[in-house]
Amino acid sequence: MNKEQLTGAELVIRGLEYLNVSTVFGVPGGAILPAYDPLYDSPIRHILARHEQGAGHMAEGYAQSTGELGVVIATSGPGATNLITPLANALMDSTPLLAITGQVASEAIGNDAFQEAYTVGLSMAATKHNYLITDASEIPQVLKEAKYIATSGRPGPVLIDIPKDILNQKSDWVEPGPLDLPGYKPTLEPNPKMIQQAANLIKNSNKPILYVGGGIIHSKANQELFDLATKFNIPVVTTLMGRGAFPDGHDLCLEMPGMHGNYTATTSIQKSDLLIAIGVRFDDRVTANPSFFAQNAKVIHADIDPAEIGKVREAQVPIVGDAKSVMLGLINALGDTKLNTENWINELNSMKNEFPLSYNQNENGPLKVPFVLEELQNLTGEEAIVVSGVGQHQMWISQHWNFTKPNTWLNSGGLGTMGYSLPAAIGAKTAYPEKLVLALDGDGCFQMTCQELITASTENIPVKIVVFNNGNHGMVRQWQKIFYNSKFSASELGHVVPDYVKLAESMGAVGLRMTKKSEVKNVFLEMLKINDKPVLIDCVVDPEDMVFPMVPAGGSNDQIILNEEDLKNL
Amino acid sequence: MSERILSVLVEDKPGVLARVSSTISRRGFNINSLSVGPTHIEGRSKMTIVTELDAVEQVKKQLNKLVNVIKIVELDPEMTIETEVLLLKVSINKDSQTSVIEKASLSGANSVDVGQDYAVFELTGSSKELNKFEDLMKPFGIIEMVRGGRIAIQTNL
Ligand SMILES: Cc1ncc(C[n+]2csc(CCOP(=O)(O)OP(=O)(O)O)c2C)c(N)n1
Ligand SMILES: [Mg+2]
Repeated sequence: MNKEQLTGAELVIRGLEYLNVSTVFGVPGGAILPAYDPLYDSPIRHILARHEQGAGHMAEGYAQSTGELGVVIATSGPGATNLITPLANALMDSTPLLAITGQVASEAIGNDAFQEAYTVGLSMAATKHNYLITDASEIPQVLKEAKYIATSGRPGPVLIDIPKDILNQKSDWVEPGPLDLPGYKPTLEPNPKMIQQAANLIKNSNKPILYVGGGIIHSKANQELFDLATKFNIPVVTTLMGRGAFPDGHDLCLEMPGMHGNYTATTSIQKSDLLIAIGVRFDDRVTANPSFFAQNAKVIHADIDPAEIGKVREAQVPIVGDAKSVMLGLINALGDTKLNTENWINELNSMKNEFPLSYNQNENGPLKVPFVLEELQNLTGEEAIVVSGVGQHQMWISQHWNFTKPNTWLNSGGLGTMGYSLPAAIGAKTAYPEKLVLALDGDGCFQMTCQELITASTENIPVKIVVFNNGNHGMVRQWQKIFYNSKFSASELGHVVPDYVKLAESMGAVGLRMTKKSEVKNVFLEMLKINDKPVLIDCVVDPEDMVFPMVPAGGSNDQIILNEEDLKNL
Repeated sequence: MSERILSVLVEDKPGVLARVSSTISRRGFNINSLSVGPTHIEGRSKMTIVTELDAVEQVKKQLNKLVNVIKIVELDPEMTIETEVLLLKVSINKDSQTSVIEKASLSGANSVDVGQDYAVFELTGSSKELNKFEDLMKPFGIIEMVRGGRIAIQTNL
């Protein structure tokens, strides 16, 4: 065995190199400083974020766009507590993340030392697993374990907390050995009996729906999904986390169901006799009140996480396994079966025609987000990576953008974290410098992490940002309009401050503005010409616009509010 | 609702008790009793968790997701031997002394310490027996009582 004395800090950096980590995001500080010393000499690229939350979302964006591990480094105490939001976000959206945090020296732990926080305790419910290192010799093996846990099974965040004295402790570099994780053995291959039962249900179904989500993207199974859907003519709905898993625009694609899903997608589930649910978790934003959800449907539920199956909705056929293997199994078991879904597809097609998504952009009126999105997509095609914030704009993007490829749509689905967009876009652009990366953000969200624009400029990461400036926490305003008698308590931000153009310029980016229809195309063309700097567009949009369709929280998916008119009957 | 007993084999790692108990409480489930101790296998501990849950399946699945949890078995009450230990300190005086000690010994409790105005008893048995003993001692004035948590083993395992 090749042995060599290194410090714990050097073991961390050597270990990350050994795991093929090429980029890390972080902010230094006292307890983690020893690790920043060897990092300086390492080929690993470090991106200095302006806030640890930003660093965490960057690592998430990196991971979600590549499907590989994202790594974030922070110091003890406030550095670690600032990471809690991205960790919780990554846990909800099953993003493979590794967080390395410094901790006060071992002998000071528990004494309320300067910048001490109980990081392992604080992050316990926000990680898939976490570690406190007690001896430097553990570091290489723990790093290998952590990467494996973060990236395998249902992916998720893993945190390693390392006291400062351990970072300075000398130990041998010993190549990590085989993993010894007796309690962690994800099931990848589905039980063939269950696959057969599922195939039998599918054969007897007249109104099947493939209800698919983020699990397809994690499993890199979009091709298998395409084969399954097209070979047997089964319509597909893609959840917020699953957008891009099946191509929008395809005849069988119904796009997003749920609270702000389109009428056909939501209704298809209600009318279905069989839900083939793969890599989804029956989230309340999809089901609304579960007692009224898909009441006529039997359920096949396949997921890599057994705890998701039966959690919300009982499944007639539960299947534990990786989405790719499950779908290959189903394709195989169905063989030459011809499903008789023609009537069903016709029914759905006429629904699509009768209830299309719509918006109304007046020639001289205020800009509408859906119109702006369509103009932008016309100029950028389907290759761009689109990264959203949380709110009305997020729903409009998911509704109106044409997603045809996996990993081109990044958003905070489960936790709904405002402030995610810009840093996550920076992470994605770091992974794919040659791709167009668009942060399409709300003004409220942008203000939560806008300092990361400085990171983008100084680290030369030319993302493009569109701030949909409606001067409001638009989604909050929408709820207040509908459910609180238009009492706009604390939802107004104002259109004027900050001046986003000047803000962008002061942060080393190019600032542009659009306020009316005639400007949209030209401003976008100008934005697309600039590739050596981040560009930000202040896109001033209608503050009164509301997102429809809508099913109120806890309501029934049979009662879809299609437009403002429908609100009167509420 | 009837009681459910989970026998959980875990890796003996720091924090494992916190992980298990917070996983249960985080999902809004109550624990009637939880005990933990080493097993005959090096590096492995066994937890016995008693709950009254409809959602026990979901709890099992959530616990199984913990990296340090190796195996969860739900014990069949029909084939389970269950026991618990109790230490109870009760007041005594000249008048009550004989009666207290007699009652305790009839209950199968061992007197482990008898002072001038108190006695300490130890009793091992089912939760029911322990409850009964507590009731029996109550009139004399219980000073302190500690119970060790229920442990269980399946007869045919
Ligand atoms: C960190 C955080 N705080 C609060 C919320 C609640 N929230 C959801 S949407 C929203 C408004 C978002 O405003 P904006 O970014 O301007 O988007 P818009 O709805 O106007 O498109 C708020 C406050 C949240 N999701 N995340
Ligand atoms: Mg807004």
